[in-house]
Amino acid sequence: MAEREQKKRSAPPRTEEQVEEAPASTEKGEQIKAEIDDLLDEIDEVLDANAEDFVRSYVQKGGE
Amino acid sequence: MAIPKVCGVETEYGILLRGPAESNPIAASSVLINAYVASLQRRVGWDFEDESPGNDARGYSVADASPPEVETHLVNAVLTNGARYYVDHAHPELSTPECRDAREVVVWDKAAERILIESMRAAAATLPPGHEVVVHKNNSDGKGNSYGCHENYLLDRAVPFSRIVAGILPFFVTRQLFAGAGKVGCEAPGGSPAVRFELSQRADFFEEEVGLETTLKRPLVNTRDEPHCDASRYRRLHVILGDANLSEVATFLKVGTTALVLSMIEDDEVPRDLALATPVAAVRQVSHDVDLSATLELADGSRMTGLEVQWEYLDMARKYAESRGLEAVGEEVGAEVLRRWESVLTALETDPMSLSGTLDWVAKRKLVEAYRERHGLGWDDARLDALDLQYHDLRPSKSLFARLPVERLTTDAEVEAAMTEPPRSTRAYFRGRCLQKWAGSIVAANWDSLVFDVGGDPLRRVPMMEPLRGTAAHVEELVDSCSSPAELLERLGA
Repeated sequence: MAEREQKKRSAPPRTEEQVEEAPASTEKGEQIKAEIDDLLDEIDEVLDANAEDFVRSYVQKGGE
Repeated sequence: MAIPKVCGVETEYGILLRGPAESNPIAASSVLINAYVASLQRRVGWDFEDESPGNDARGYSVADASPPEVETHLVNAVLTNGARYYVDHAHPELSTPECRDAREVVVWDKAAERILIESMRAAAATLPPGHEVVVHKNNSDGKGNSYGCHENYLLDRAVPFSRIVAGILPFFVTRQLFAGAGKVGCEAPGGSPAVRFELSQRADFFEEEVGLETTLKRPLVNTRDEPHCDASRYRRLHVILGDANLSEVATFLKVGTTALVLSMIEDDEVPRDLALATPVAAVRQVSHDVDLSATLELADGSRMTGLEVQWEYLDMARKYAESRGLEAVGEEVGAEVLRRWESVLTALETDPMSLSGTLDWVAKRKLVEAYRERHGLGWDDARLDALDLQYHDLRPSKSLFARLPVERLTTDAEVEAAMTEPPRSTRAYFRGRCLQKWAGSIVAANWDSLVFDVGGDPLRRVPMMEPLRGTAAHVEELVDSCSSPAELLERLGA
């Protein structure tokens, strides 16, 4: 959890981002963007730390 | 009249043993299944006597077909929900019990995932520290190896196989539009660097239109003729084309639409000839066309998009429902299949990405593109391949699918029950209930029989050649009221 808070603090303030990139976004659009951002935060934590090694080592035998 | 579309799904899972320098997938699969089974009270061995995978539906026996490749000493268990859980081709494989309709398949397929998750937990207790068995529900390792999620459908033996092939092939080529699980990158022979994301995990691995093989030269329509029931009346169509789905709606549509089209073929109600010029090339073409806009060449020279082919099948299905009814696939389930099929095709036509809460390939594509944008990654970045794999990771702590807002059809309670309870609607009920009560007296089980040892007598085989007999309606009272397997056998007149 501490890691997650750190990530949020080091990102640019959210409201500034939204004004620049999507000045006409609706409240629903902002909500969806916020949900996706939260999800991507979570995925950053959950994704295997060394993606290259993980992907390279994922080998299966052929099946049916 | 089309016969009831009894159906089921058998999934080969990806498996890794993390920790040791080298991982033997057969050993890992054995550890996994043995750990689960040890955590249950009893275990039943599998009776191979009637297995004959070398029989070909086109009417001859392939002389040099190898015997069943599942060696009899490999782990092989039958569960009290009627499912079979075993090691096959270096993968753990779980076959759902026989289900009456597509919704039951979703329930027992989700239960299968839960069983694999429980198996990982049970295995962890037996492994040294730092070792972990990891299971993925996917079909491709990104290195040219593929493993399957197969479906099975009960058909009337009287239907000529050539009619099945003609009716189902264009449908098979295009159903990945909603059934595809998505894939980062592409593994078409010869390579296709421009294809960054494709609809289907499996499409690149098919090389033939029709054939008996399953591990090489894979055919779109598999001719294996092993009905595991009365072969004079029934055929079991063994479908090897599909991706494993995590989305319940995708599984529901994949199985539900296929069962419906097969019913239409049985009743000879597929009036439009949508034969493709080159089905094998087309299945890849559809998979690689993420914008769903490319046209396919039909055998008559005309062109249609994959989506248009699906609309044609839906149109014929609606007319079939009106003229014949949907009893073969279940009236309510069939109506729901038609409703959702139309809804999904409409969305694919107008705004495909709106299906990110419904279909696996769209959910995955949205995730990958959002992640790519956030971190400014090129398509070659290993993190995108990692996202693809981890979408299918069954560990609750790691699964990306589990974190996405994707629509459910089932409840947790019914899925949990299905881990140990069989469907009430097929012969799986008899198998499952007997295993619950008398596993210690059942020496062997097969899809179409149970073999009892009631002590003293020779072994007693109870044939189960009718997939729709041995349901709860037929045998619940009998099984409930018998106090011993000997009594059961006596009252069955076996």
